[in-house]
Amino acid sequence: MNLVVIIPAFNEQKTISNVIKLIPKKISKINKIKIVVIDDGSTDNTYFVASKYKNVTVLKHLINRGLGGALQTGFEFAKKFNFDLLVTLDSDGQHDPREIPRLIRPILKGKADVVIGSRLKSDEMRQMPLDRLIINFIGNLVTFVMFLFWTTDSQSGFRVFSKKAVAKISIRSQKMEVSSEFFKEFKSNNLKIVELPIKPIYTRYSRLKGQTNINSLQIITRLILNIAR
Amino acid sequence: MSIVQVILIVFIIFAVSRAILRLRQGNLTALGFAFWMSIWILALIGVVFPEISTDIAKFLGIGRGVDVIIYLSIMVLYYLVFRIYIIIEDLRQEITKLVSSLSIENERLINLIRNSRKSKSSRPSKASNKK
Repeated sequence: MNLVVIIPAFNEQKTISNVIKLIPKKISKINKIKIVVIDDGSTDNTYFVASKYKNVTVLKHLINRGLGGALQTGFEFAKKFNFDLLVTLDSDGQHDPREIPRLIRPILKGKADVVIGSRLKSDEMRQMPLDRLIINFIGNLVTFVMFLFWTTDSQSGFRVFSKKAVAKISIRSQKMEVSSEFFKEFKSNNLKIVELPIKPIYTRYSRLKGQTNINSLQIITRLILNIAR
Repeated sequence: MSIVQVILIVFIIFAVSRAILRLRQGNLTALGFAFWMSIWILALIGVVFPEISTDIAKFLGIGRGVDVIIYLSIMVLYYLVFRIYIIIEDLRQEITKLVSSLSIENERLINLIRNSRKSKSSRPSKASNKK
């Protein structure tokens, strides 16, 4: 089986190395592990930092398209090169890539099409800042109201997709609302979902990046407009 | 006829001429042209015969004819803003597809160049063969 790890990155020169280094070199039952960094039009040295690693392919977006756009490229890549498993990871060091072997297990056993790494199922969820817990809850609620799908962590960027899921999922969102849009795709394509706990890692750096408290409102607005179109 | 009516009629004629020009240039579809023409013809009727809007207002229970026109205009504007939003979203989606394909294609080309350089450097030169 072939596995591709997709890491969307926008101006992440400080953290991208650590994320790449922590991805396991070997995983049982996996013949090939490919790491793909999607440099989403970074203006810093993300491209050069990631390109230094021989086992990493860096796909450079000429202009910034947002998280959804970067993930669309990742899905396109996985489809084109016929990968059996697709893992998505955040590039700001919020996830521990060493958890990948545990997360792919339900798909290898045929028990799931998609595995969501849930920070809220973890015993260490208390480490999550209160504002992030509230935002996450609102995100879950919006996802449920719009797509009738309850999840404990709608905004998690740590996910594993089977080949079947990659073939069926078609995302349109450009920005961070893609996290909720995934659940619409899961439901409409009847995909089997399993949630597994993952360790939440919050640093000062990751708190400043990613989904901030202010842009959460914009994300919800875009989601509603996309549905009404 | 009041001055306001004359100004509005001139504006409507200008708008109709723009719509015809866009249709001729192929920038406006036949359906789009029909939509805009119906809007401007209705506007022209409202400007030339303002009493008609008053009759409609009375029928709808609004009161003044001007209010009916304002309500309808706001509704049309909301609809147009929504249409523009959809068009922009579609354009953004197309740009993303383009950027995405380009990034994958560029990587393929870079790999091809690397591989051809590798094969050239690993191939023994004629001079070394002679030795």
